[in-house]
Amino acid sequence: MFSAAAESLLRQARDIQAEELDKFCSRASQLLRKEDSGPDATQALRRLFLIVAATKYSRKLEEACVDLLQSTLLRPTSPEQLQLLCAAVLRERAPCDSLHLPWDHIQDTRQLSLVASVLLAQGDRAQVSRVGQRVFRVLESRQPEGPSLRPLLPVVSKVVSLAPGSLHEDQTNLLNRRLGDWLRYAGLQQGPAPSPGGFFSAPKARQPGPITEVDGALATDFFTVLSVGQRFTEDQWLNVQAFSMLRAWLWHGSPEGPGAPDTDDRSELEGSTLSVLSAAAGRPLPPQEQLRERAFEYCQRLLEQSTRRALRKGDADLQKACLVEAVLVLGVLCRQEPSFLYRALSGLKALHARLCADPAWVRALLPTAQFFLNHGEAAAVDAEAVCQHAFARIPSEFFHSPALAFEFVQFCRDNLPLFGRNLGILRRSFPNLFKLLAWNSPPLTAEVAALLPSLVDASTAAEMLHALLDLPCLTAALDLQLRASPAVSERPLWDASVRVPSCLEAFRDPQFQALFQHLLRAKASGTVDRSAPLHQLLQPLAGCARVRQCAEAVPTLLQAFFSAVGQFADGALAGQLARLLLERSDSLYPVPGYEAQVHRVLGSQFLALCQRHPSLVVELAKELLEFVGSGSGVRGGGHVLTSVVWAIGEYLAVSWDRRCTVDQINKFFEALEALLFEVTQSRPSATLPKCPPQLIATLMTTLTKLASRSQDLIPRVSLFLSKIRTLAQGPAAGSLGCREDAAAVGRRATELLNLLKMPSVAQFVLTPSAGLSEPGYHRDTNTALPLALRTVSRLVERGAGLLPG
Amino acid sequence: MVYAFLIHTLRAPQAEDTGLCRVLYSCVFGAENSPDDPRPHGAERDRLLRKEQILAVARQVESMCRLQQQASGRPLTDLLPQSSDEPVPLHEAPQGAFRLAAGDPFQEPRTVVWLGVLSLGFVLVLDAHENLLLAEGTLRLLARLLFDHLRLLVPGSNLLLRADRIEGILARFLPHGQLLFLNDQFVQGLEKEFSAAYPR
Repeated sequence: MFSAAAESLLRQARDIQAEELDKFCSRASQLLRKEDSGPDATQALRRLFLIVAATKYSRKLEEACVDLLQSTLLRPTSPEQLQLLCAAVLRERAPCDSLHLPWDHIQDTRQLSLVASVLLAQGDRAQVSRVGQRVFRVLESRQPEGPSLRPLLPVVSKVVSLAPGSLHEDQTNLLNRRLGDWLRYAGLQQGPAPSPGGFFSAPKARQPGPITEVDGALATDFFTVLSVGQRFTEDQWLNVQAFSMLRAWLWHGSPEGPGAPDTDDRSELEGSTLSVLSAAAGRPLPPQEQLRERAFEYCQRLLEQSTRRALRKGDADLQKACLVEAVLVLGVLCRQEPSFLYRALSGLKALHARLCADPAWVRALLPTAQFFLNHGEAAAVDAEAVCQHAFARIPSEFFHSPALAFEFVQFCRDNLPLFGRNLGILRRSFPNLFKLLAWNSPPLTAEVAALLPSLVDASTAAEMLHALLDLPCLTAALDLQLRASPAVSERPLWDASVRVPSCLEAFRDPQFQALFQHLLRAKASGTVDRSAPLHQLLQPLAGCARVRQCAEAVPTLLQAFFSAVGQFADGALAGQLARLLLERSDSLYPVPGYEAQVHRVLGSQFLALCQRHPSLVVELAKELLEFVGSGSGVRGGGHVLTSVVWAIGEYLAVSWDRRCTVDQINKFFEALEALLFEVTQSRPSATLPKCPPQLIATLMTTLTKLASRSQDLIPRVSLFLSKIRTLAQGPAAGSLGCREDAAAVGRRATELLNLLKMPSVAQFVLTPSAGLSEPGYHRDTNTALPLALRTVSRLVERGAGLLPG
Repeated sequence: MVYAFLIHTLRAPQAEDTGLCRVLYSCVFGAENSPDDPRPHGAERDRLLRKEQILAVARQVESMCRLQQQASGRPLTDLLPQSSDEPVPLHEAPQGAFRLAAGDPFQEPRTVVWLGVLSLGFVLVLDAHENLLLAEGTLRLLARLLFDHLRLLVPGSNLLLRADRIEGILARFLPHGQLLFLNDQFVQGLEKEFSAAYPR
């Protein structure tokens, strides 16, 4: 509904031509020039805004019009609506070289703020500094009856975040003092009601009442953002704004923040000693320390206020946000002044205990854990218990909350350097982490992929590979877990349109308890269970949207996993993973399209493993023979089988591993020959699907390679290859694929046959020594095998006359 | 702080791909400094870049919302408007968050918080490490205010020609991208101020 109407309006706005636009600008200028333009001018400006904003290309507006926009914005008597629209249009045109906004004479702070919004949008750091300076000039002038400072604080905050370090020290000190005062000394009486006026209004009705807490009790201490009243005074507003900008301001002003000049540790310690001494002596603290002290008290008060039971839902939500902010601010304060740590610790420990017990407050648990991670060492608090609790409980119980899942993964990523000893806890808890990923795969895939290198180590690699391959299965199991447990919220968290009574039955069946429990485990168990029976049981859920989304994420994760493992895997681990890879390639959860995607990745990764550890082929000879013989690898595009065959061809040679025997080569030869026979001679059927031509070509090449190493086999191969060539050129070439594919197969067969006529050349070409071959040998266009084959073929075909001897 | 706020169209998940995702309103609070590019770049190119960045975010949010809707099996009708009498169903509206890496598309890494209400997507692009609880609450508040004060549930209304009201709401509730800790009473007070300045 919105789309259709919006679409046509946008199109109109975009299609307007230059002349029409000029006419429109003139009309708008006319309206703006009139003193009392009323709704017409507003309407015109709204259209102008749309015209400018609707297209990503710049619009040329008449200069006169732009000048008028600027002057309207600066004029103190313009109504708010017009000013807002002028500012909006000017901002939309940013960055604009011809901006001219002399604003020195403006007294109205609201107007100042509007002009600032235009200037800050230009993307010019010098301009941002100037804005900061101008705003501070207003802040410095002490006028108790002057314009409200409310609109200016957000400007200061923005300036500091865009251009840290643009303020002088005395300006910073001034704001430190003011912020401290606003945080601490806001009044505890409500704002006055607008007086109804008149002779009969009783004076008592005009008395403002006191401020209350969120649960209705009278305010027990100073005013904070969690204090409630009917109307608010100016200083109470400033209190809210001061707290809202507090964390960013503290951080930018600190020695580690980006803005402050370099100070060394000694002055930091001096500062804290000074503040302790000053407080003891009753003297006022220096501004920065004073602000910190006030901020600390404010946060402590918020912690206390968060224990109250709010009467309104909006306030309850705000309580949680305030609690999170208070913990974050305390974290910043403790980093800047270590003496705060000892004062804050007991409160935070009590808070942590309270949060663990109440699931409604779980969002505040992560910042608390963060605090203990940051400061645990300094305070001799064991962060391990906190981490244990977080990793064990949060993902299993709250995987269905997208916000919490996102925050948890961010928590892991941000704190990697801090985990230290506790990294082991994170690593062992990867199954729990995967639950978050399995349920919320679209937003979390990239994050977890970036996290994988730190998560995986030699002891968990195999288990993790199984877990990754079973990730969609985990999604299905989590779905069942939600269905089977009492409802957490009104609306079902699972897809209610999918009904799976058989799966639910299986989930509740004690026979399969152990399987499900293993899949839904929270910690790495070190054992590798077969999950194949679960694939069958959960098959009805394989088509549902969430499972499919998870399945789409798995190939990316597998790539990340293998590239991480490749960094440290030794021969033994590589062998274990390769075995696992082969084993699992035909035992995957039957999500549509999943097998093909995963096979693609597994195929290329198997090759990568063999490239790094060439002796794998000989070590895994038995498994590879089984794999080739099973014939199941042809399914799903045959990627894994193609890679296996290629790897056999490349690495089953004495030059790679001395244990390679002629007997082995012969055994492999027979198995591959049988496979090639099957795929070329039989018709495609349900059990043996259409064989991709790449596989046929690879099989032929590999057989030739093996023959070049064990030269008794050459006659057999030559015979077979000529049969295939005949087949490719004959009428029954359909089994080899389409015409081009069949022709390519025929050509390859010819090239290989020609090569085999010169056995020593064949050996050189097909089994290069280790020094010669690089990992990219078969990909390097200069030394690629097909090129070599073609060259040799041409030499042979042109006749013996060209060859020496 | 908030880097940008935008409103864009959300197409229903099962609908065919008719049309594109359109950004209906966007506001950038203080631009990123122009990248250190040795090539001379004009103001036009910078503006083009900014608009493209916003559009990229809108498209990502749309696909995230669609995926979430599909995964939770919400019916198509959820994205169609109800009658204008009922309050907007915000507590059941799809919402989420994801991260944007540095350079993709903004210079700095940013976090995106989004909310999908009745074929409109509301998005806050935040600096990294913001208070997400507060951002989510603010976004819900903004969506509610916009629906109420722009009367978006009335058939035939739209927000393309109501920029002044949107700006008025943002100037009060998200000034210069500053997330505010407003309890219910503060919100009421600000709303009264706004209604007085912008009578319906």
